[in-house]
Formats: sequence, C-alpha cells, structure tokens
Amino acid sequence: MDRIPILRMGDLLLVTIQVDMHDRLAMTLQDDLTNRIVQDQAKGVLIDISALDVVDTFIGRMISNTAAMARVLDATTVVVGMQPAVAITLVEMGLSLPGVRTALNIERGMALLGKRYHE
Amino acid sequence: MNHHDDASRISATIGKYQSELLEDWVANLKQQMIRFDAAAEQATRRHCSQLLELMCSALRQGEIDNIEGRGWDEVRHLLTEISQERARQGSTPSETAIFVFSLKQPLFTRLRTEHAQKTELLADDVWTITTLLDKLGLFTVEIFQKSRNQIIARQQQELLELSTPVVKLWQNILALPLIGTLDSARTQVVMENLLEKIIETGAAIAIIDITGVPTVDTLVAQHLLKTIAAARLMGADCIISGIRPQIAQTIVHLGVNLEDVVTKATLADAFVVALERTGAAIHYNKAGAKG
Repeated sequence: MDRIPILRMGDLLLVTIQVDMHDRLAMTLQDDLTNRIVQDQAKGVLIDISALDVVDTFIGRMISNTAAMARVLDATTVVVGMQPAVAITLVEMGLSLPGVRTALNIERGMALLGKRYHE
Repeated sequence: MNHHDDASRISATIGKYQSELLEDWVANLKQQMIRFDAAAEQATRRHCSQLLELMCSALRQGEIDNIEGRGWDEVRHLLTEISQERARQGSTPSETAIFVFSLKQPLFTRLRTEHAQKTELLADDVWTITTLLDKLGLFTVEIFQKSRNQIIARQQQELLELSTPVVKLWQNILALPLIGTLDSARTQVVMENLLEKIIETGAAIAIIDITGVPTVDTLVAQHLLKTIAAARLMGADCIISGIRPQIAQTIVHLGVNLEDVVTKATLADAFVVALERTGAAIHYNKAGAKG
C-alpha cells in the first residue's frame, strides 16, 4: 500500500490512517490531501488516527503541518480518535498541536465540523 | 590469638549454661520492656532460645569475626525475621538492638564464673563476644531500616493508586479530584487514568479539581498543563476548579500561563459551565424552591 485513501463526503474529506505511518507515506498523504482540498473545494478535513498507536516527532509535525496547510486553503482540520498513549507521547515531546482541532471519535468530529460550517 | 579456639571455647560456654543464659536474658529483657504480656514473653523466649541455639552452632564452625560468612547464615536469617516482625509491630530500632545487646550481661556473668582464675582469657573472651554481639545488634538495626523502607515504599505505591480516581459526574462530564502533591510519577498515573476514562465514557469535558493540592509551583502547573494538553489532543476540554486564593496568588506571582484554560473557583461553578457546554441545563422546580 503506497498511499492512504482520501474519501469525499459532501464538502468534507475523510482520511483514515489504518497502517503504520512511515515518513514517505506521510509526505504522500500531505501532497494528496492538499491537492484534493483544492480540487474538491473541501471545507473540512477529518483525519482519523484511531488505528495509529505509535508516533514520532516527524508524524506529529506532519499532522500539525497538514492542519496548517488545510487552514491556508480555507478548510478546517479535525484530528479524531487519538489513543491515550499517542496523546501522552506527543505532549511529552512538546508537540501539543496548537491550532489543530480534536475530537474523540468520527461522530464528534463530524458534529464539530458541521457546527462550524453552518455558523 | 587463635580465632578458632576462641570460637569453640565460647561456644562450649554457651552450650554449658544455655538454659541459665536463656532465663537471665529473658528476665533482662522483661525489665527493659514497657509492654510485656504473656504472648510477648512467649515470643521473646522462643526467639532467644532459637538465637542461642543457632549462635552456638555457628560458633562451633569457628568463624567468629565475620558474621557475613556462610556459617552465620541461619543466625542472620533468624535476626532478619525478628527485625522484620518487630518493624511491622512498630517497635523502635533501638528496642530491637537492645534485644541482642541484653545477652551480654548474662553471658559475661557466666564467663566470669567459668574463667574465674584466668583473667587474660576472660578479658579476651569478653572482647570477642562484645564485638560479635555489637555486629549482630547493628545487623538488626540495618534490617530494621530496610524493612521500614520497604513498608514506606509499599505505602507510597498504595497511596498513588488510591488517590487518583476519575469519576463520571454527568453524561459526557468527568471529574478528577486531585489530592496531594503532584509529582512526575503521579502526573503520569493521573494522565493515563483520565485518558483511559475519556475513551471509556466518551466524555467531552473533564473537570480537574485541585482543592486537595497543597501547593502549586511551576512544576505542578506544568504537569497540569501537560495533562490538559493530552486530554485536548483526544478531543476533551478541561476545566480547572478548586483554586484557593493563595494558589491563585502563587500562580500569578510565578508567571504561570493559565490563560488558555478555563478556570473556576469551585467545582460547582465548573460543573455549571460543563453542563452548559454539553447542552444540559439545571432547572429548579417551583414547588421545591424555598419561599
């Protein structure tokens, strides 16, 4: 598997990371995602990382960067389903992802994006 | 001076007067102890006779200047047992040491009768026994200290587990009442508990109540902020409540930045905010209201 699928739901994009992230995969995802935001004129991006149980600084930074890029393209990013161990690791590494919205699960993330979009 | 001869001679003396020594020793201990009921006397007597027995056999093996040696294994084992038992019962280390030191007097008395004519021999033996018993006494103190430390470590562990409950206050609302000082190890436990509970209950808001935290310094504040950041990464907002006036002053004086965190003076205030955010409201019944 050399890329992570990006699903479109209305004007939202859904990215579910279900494999171990390695650096090249992360870069490809960043590329694809920014392209798709522009192409589909998406207003929101949901990144589901519930299956991700190991992170390093690179992945942490990549999540943070992706959110910033999406913001520049006028799409709100919500990271959902982070595992406790991952959250603790990121905080201990000093990456508390400021500016990235978070939600407990996909459902909550959708609600969050829907609320923001309709306001 | 031949250690081996000394050892066997002393061993012979102890063996010869064993029962008298035991009586004197127990009587000696009886005088020094404050509480001395029948059960305690029985236990002490048993310990004394065991120790005498084991010392005798250890001495017979000839090692007298090295209580770390293999010949003294059983004696050390017994002393460890006695020390640990006493540590659990709450007696002081000196009481335990005195238990061993009290053997000196009866033993010296017997030596005096045994070597009445041979002063040099008497002096030698007295010295040897003093050194030996001092070593054994110090050994009990050491063991006492060790078992005390073990007890303290165990209690700390228990305290750690007891003092970090995460309770569900309402649908989607968790409370985390913190009691005691927050150090790194506790923060880790608190953080893990909170995050696990967030997943388990699907909570959207967690109230961290610090009424029971005696002091908040920069380190504690940093730990709090870390916990809040981790909870936020999982999609749960945190509210800090129970900030006492002194703590508010300290936080400002230290320049800790709590700007990004919602803070409330009491748990009740925080709960109201949490209810509002989750879309619930408190409604007072007119009939129930006080006129």
